[in-house]
Amino acid sequence: MSARYHSKLRIPEAPFRPRENPDYSFLHLPSPEDVAKPDCMADADTIRQLAFSMVRVLDDDQNAKGAWDPQLPVSELLEGLRIMTLTRLYDDRLFRMQRQGKLSFYVKCTGEEAIAVAQAMALRSGDMLFPTYRQQGLLLARGRELVDMMCNCISNSRDNQKGRQLPSLYSWKEGNFFSVSGNLATQFSQAVGWAMASAYKGEDHIASAWVGEGSSAEADVYHALLFASAYQAPVLLNLVNNQWAISTPQTVACGGTTFAVRGLGFNLPSIRVDGNDLLAVYAVTRWAAERARLGGGPTFIELFTYRAEGHSTSDDPDAYRPKDEWHSWPLGDPVARLKTHLIQRQQWSDEKQEELEYTLTEELTEAWGEAESYGSLQDGPHWPLSSMFDDVFKEMPAHLRRQRHQMEM
Amino acid sequence: MASMNMVQAINSALDITMERDQNVLCLGEDVGYFGGVFRCTAGLQEKHGQHRVLDTPIAEAGIVAAAIGMGVNGLRPVAEIQFADYIYPAFDQIVSELARLRYRSSGEFYAPVTIRSPCGGGIRGGQTHSQSPEGIFTHVCGLKVVMPSNPYDAKGLLISAIEDDDPIIYFEPKRCYNGPFDGDPDKAAQSWNGHPKGEVPEVYYTIPIGEAAIVRPGSAVTVLTYGTMVHVAEAAIERSDIDAEQIDLRTLLPLDLEAVAESVQKTRRCVVVHEATRTGGYGAELVADVQEECFWHLEAPIQRVTGWDTPYPHAFEWDYFPGQDRIIAAMRCALEV
Ligand SMILES: Cc1ncc(C[n+]2csc(CCOP(=O)(O)OP(=O)(O)O)c2C)c(N)n1
Repeated sequence: MSARYHSKLRIPEAPFRPRENPDYSFLHLPSPEDVAKPDCMADADTIRQLAFSMVRVLDDDQNAKGAWDPQLPVSELLEGLRIMTLTRLYDDRLFRMQRQGKLSFYVKCTGEEAIAVAQAMALRSGDMLFPTYRQQGLLLARGRELVDMMCNCISNSRDNQKGRQLPSLYSWKEGNFFSVSGNLATQFSQAVGWAMASAYKGEDHIASAWVGEGSSAEADVYHALLFASAYQAPVLLNLVNNQWAISTPQTVACGGTTFAVRGLGFNLPSIRVDGNDLLAVYAVTRWAAERARLGGGPTFIELFTYRAEGHSTSDDPDAYRPKDEWHSWPLGDPVARLKTHLIQRQQWSDEKQEELEYTLTEELTEAWGEAESYGSLQDGPHWPLSSMFDDVFKEMPAHLRRQRHQMEM
Repeated sequence: MASMNMVQAINSALDITMERDQNVLCLGEDVGYFGGVFRCTAGLQEKHGQHRVLDTPIAEAGIVAAAIGMGVNGLRPVAEIQFADYIYPAFDQIVSELARLRYRSSGEFYAPVTIRSPCGGGIRGGQTHSQSPEGIFTHVCGLKVVMPSNPYDAKGLLISAIEDDDPIIYFEPKRCYNGPFDGDPDKAAQSWNGHPKGEVPEVYYTIPIGEAAIVRPGSAVTVLTYGTMVHVAEAAIERSDIDAEQIDLRTLLPLDLEAVAESVQKTRRCVVVHEATRTGGYGAELVADVQEECFWHLEAPIQRVTGWDTPYPHAFEWDYFPGQDRIIAAMRCALEV
């Protein structure tokens, strides 16, 4: 038996664990009117406060307030609501299909829909996206066909990734949506390189990258911040703080302050925003995109939200956080909030929302049927088996041709 | 004795070493409160304390670097890398630091770190939850590399690894966590319950690092295996009616070359099997070793059965996975001459 220690090691704690009563009233949430909106070319040094505060537009009663209100036309708000609703229903459908054994795996973005949808709306189609597995709303907002997304998830004969990737790790070249890696954070710094190339070529396209707050611990994130800052690359660096990284609370990754403040050390404009408010996310993204396009360089954005469901289909969140903690989340549900906002402006109604959900559900059913007509994960048809050896290299070297031949024997 | 699956056996090894030595602690992503995504550290934080099972930030380089520092300062850290596919961010810390610290300081400093990591495919995990990178690490001087194939070995080897003063990469073939897998995905999943290697003492015991085990004695051909492939080859041998001698290497580095050579000198034929890709893989090293030790005894070229030289595909998992048929074909090939 060796030494017994009286440990002085400090351990970061989760705010709440199962069977505790979540109470997030300790969060400081400024009212929309309290947060000033600087000029988009403001000196980073003069707007440091935005990293500690929080940009909000929809107030607690879902009225649009304050300087950051993007004053979007109602038609755009309705489109935002439509795509967020579609994203949620798409997730529900694919999650259920996974439970029926039709997908090997699935990741929902429930509760975080406003982020991808608003950011896609605020960017231009020529801007390059470097997403995580939880930004499927970007695809839906950019008009990716449902059937194509589904085929990708069931690795069938029409899967544009030839059956090689796990569900949720999409790729869509024409949509300027970069192939999602399973390795966390790697693409955050690649986006900076893409943006540097854009500037090098004298173009106006910008890049936008996403990373989870848990993954922000990886070194790639600091490479991104420094390269972006050093070369003033036209890139939006988005950190999605959904409070949980599988079972690990954000306190483990954070260090007791906001995530946004990390950008300050690199002299980047750094903004924390209510990620469950489509209007606020849109406004901040628009501000940063304009800055980048005008030559003002990168912006670091912390999108403050909550992961409403399990990490993935392999997860059981009740084992590590209070059941229904989401319902205690003070920033609510992004879909419900925008819906309420539009209803209050007499531009929408519960009946219309129901109708919308009904129509979208029909579309999803039809798309799923069509996707399955191109094959299933279990029974195919898939791509031809020999395609397994394609694309390792541009041209297949002899040893792979040999192996392919061997496999086919 | 208790019936344990591999997860429980690993958990038991950690529990016992933590109980015996306050210098042992675990760290990794989701290993603490939750007990690990594969549950290998379940209950350990509750039992031994928050400061002994650390939920770390998602930074594999940070995890290994912290483990090195802890090791230098007298602790025996057991770091978990959630999937072997995610060990690469820590590569520099492992290769340039952990593996060489003892050598570069002429023994002044060393870090007795164990890195546990689930590896291997057959779980529909796609290219980032299926890899077998053992050959990358056997190539690095200064690392010991272990891969058990069953609960009994898993526990005894893990205790040895933690007590060893050298750095050890301990790969866990995750397809065998809950039961031996013979390579047939259509067959109902087997459990360790009732398997002789699923009978595990609840108490402390060790299995020495560097000792292979004979899975099945035979005279016709030697089949070298480790990890999941132990069970696939065992089933293949049974189905083929070939009187093969099968070896479970258990430790890849240092290799039990004596056991290997003795067997091949007896059978005069050899098949090497692993799930990892072929070119530059650990199998190539085995083939070279066998040929150096047994050249004059060999009757036929040594055969290799491996994963293909492509990333691990999602849809074509079972065409990629080196199954029983390919092992049988290789054994026949080795017997033909
Ligand atoms: C390099 C690497 N390490 C570990 C993992 C395993 N893993 C997948 S998702 C995840 C949690 C990520 O959490 P966060 O970044 O907060 O994003 P969220 O899932 O909450 O959106 C982990 C640890 C991985 N995919 N890649």
